[in-house]
Amino acid sequence: MLIDLFLTFAKIGMFTFGGGYAMIALLEKTCVEDKKWITHDEMMDVTVIAESTPGPIAINCATYVGYRQGKLLGSVAATLGMVLPSFIFIYIIAQFLDRFLEIALIANAFKGIKIAVGILIIDAALKMLKKMEKKPFQICIVVSSAVAMLLISFFSLGISSMVLMFMAAFTGIIVMMIFKTDRQERNKR
Amino acid sequence: MIYIDLLIGFLEVGFLSFGGGYAAIPLIRDVVLSYGWMDEEMLTYMVAVSESSPGPIMVNMATYVGSLKGGIPGALIATAAVVLPAFLIILLIMVLLRKLLQNRYIKAALDGMKPCITGIILTTGIIMVLKNCGILIGENPFDILTVVLTCGMGVIYFGSKKVLKKGISPIGLIGLSAIVGAVAYGI
Repeated sequence: MLIDLFLTFAKIGMFTFGGGYAMIALLEKTCVEDKKWITHDEMMDVTVIAESTPGPIAINCATYVGYRQGKLLGSVAATLGMVLPSFIFIYIIAQFLDRFLEIALIANAFKGIKIAVGILIIDAALKMLKKMEKKPFQICIVVSSAVAMLLISFFSLGISSMVLMFMAAFTGIIVMMIFKTDRQERNKR
Repeated sequence: MIYIDLLIGFLEVGFLSFGGGYAAIPLIRDVVLSYGWMDEEMLTYMVAVSESSPGPIMVNMATYVGSLKGGIPGALIATAAVVLPAFLIILLIMVLLRKLLQNRYIKAALDGMKPCITGIILTTGIIMVLKNCGILIGENPFDILTVVLTCGMGVIYFGSKKVLKKGISPIGLIGLSAIVGAVAYGI
């Protein structure tokens, strides 16, 4: 069964392009419909959990399904299966990319690809914006962190985005506490 | 030492990349640039390769940077470091704290963090495009050809979503841009 977990996730890892969200459809088909390892509702749960926890979404899912099937060993097998194909593939590519880039045709192709990468990152952000709740609090944070990032790179300040994230988390907690006390006071009156 | 730097750098990325691959791009960019492991140019190529290769984008990026900087041991360490937080946190949630995510404070912190990540990703994309075109930031000179190509590709990509049901896939766009780049910059 451990081998089955390993191979199944290796297959998913090998054949999905485009990262986590593209993988969810395939995970659903394999783990819910074909193998019946988890139910559809559980799959929805995993997706929500994966989005609220750090790390690759695919790894979150693999660990979850693996644990349900075979406890600790199962989760290790599933996670390793997910990682291995990428690891081998990229390791080989990383050895050769430098040399490939010396060929003018490929270097020019990569100049074109650079354009695509920028567009894709903006697209990913726009998709996240669309899914986000649009209350004043969320909008304030999006705008202020975007502006802060712009200023940081304009003036090459050495502040990492990690700092911004901690500040945002902290703001979230403070805002929650303020609104909570507000409501309590109102209730008293 | 490079191995320890890789371990710490990618643990940081693994712990903070809420929302998966794209959320990790700004974080990996920070880490890679601050340690001086790659320049902007190589970094963008690395992101492109990671996006067009199978598997989780974050794992691809970690393996790439790790193998470039520290061979096989480096690749193993960076990959393990980026995967470990996700793995451990899910285990923790399943074994002990199924209610952890419903905790008020954690929920509030996540509520603040998610829009911040969206803003950071958006700006990272915009900065990449501006730098690439040589507008305002960065050392590149202003490059009209790149500006034209960027606008063209943007219109094709976002336009295709309006016309076709699903539009061009990210891989499709990368493939198309490679051909366009090879032709346009080659002439």
